[in-house]
Amino acid sequence: MPQVAARPQYPTDHPSAPVRFAIGERVRVRKACPLGHIRTPYYVRGHAGIVERLCGNFPVPEELAQMRAGLPAQPLYRVRFLQRELWPEYAGRDDDAVEVEIFQHWLEPERA
Amino acid sequence: MSDAAKHGDLGEYRPLSYFQLMEVSLRELLVEKGIVTDAEVAATLEDMRARGPETGARVVARAWVDPEFRARLLENGTRACEAFGLDVPALRLVVVENTPQVHNIIVCTLCSCYPRMLLGLPPDWYKSSNYRSRVVREPRAVLEEFGLRVADGVQVRVHDSTADMRYLVLPMRPVGTEGWREAQLASIVTRDCMIGVAVPKAMGSE
Repeated sequence: MPQVAARPQYPTDHPSAPVRFAIGERVRVRKACPLGHIRTPYYVRGHAGIVERLCGNFPVPEELAQMRAGLPAQPLYRVRFLQRELWPEYAGRDDDAVEVEIFQHWLEPERA
Repeated sequence: MSDAAKHGDLGEYRPLSYFQLMEVSLRELLVEKGIVTDAEVAATLEDMRARGPETGARVVARAWVDPEFRARLLENGTRACEAFGLDVPALRLVVVENTPQVHNIIVCTLCSCYPRMLLGLPPDWYKSSNYRSRVVREPRAVLEEFGLRVADGVQVRVHDSTADMRYLVLPMRPVGTEGWREAQLASIVTRDCMIGVAVPKAMGSE
């Protein structure tokens, strides 16, 4: 098998905020509307879902957009939302889902 | 004055759109300030244009014939692609696997994030607000418009590439491909199959 040159470690090894949530834990997306470059879509804000996986630690996009370093980095999760919980009129199966990457500073425990 | 000019026929000429003008202005400014060179911009464009879905199809075909590679691909897509000898700079890849129970689809609702290193440039519909806004709330209807009816017994999972990860759908290997060689398998894995709006079919089968 061909070898490739060593690459930076993945997930990234930035100084990072400690991981708060475990896989399988129910979390809620903050219902907030700050100005600026936000990678948290509106349609999941205020909604609860389950942590599907931890993607690693990444610099904060709101800060990067302002030409700052975005450090300490924030853990990035993939959160699984049920379609039924996002869209009450959803016509498909009860377990149809949307999975979205959300940064930790946008998440709180479901019952905060 | 020619007839064409008299009648305001400008042939192929079109004034730059707002965004084209913005792109030209930004690029010229970056070059002027010495942040990038024209040659670097041209080389990057050439690199992106040279990439196409054939690369992703090779990855899928390998996963179909090599269970160990498939397991590594699902565990860490980037590492598996690098070990496969692919150059996937900056690609943080999550591979999602279609099964008899689950069908996966990829979208970027915020812009047009796409696994370009494996699939090349995204199709225009992938960037349209129609696809982006509808596939996260009525995925089954959108898939039907692509000619794909997902059975009621199958769960639909939509993956919204909102931040740093990029996604690739690993479709199911179709029946009727037993004994096929890897290159032959790769030939039926289309771009749309790896986005999740189609499924591969053995040639000649329905």
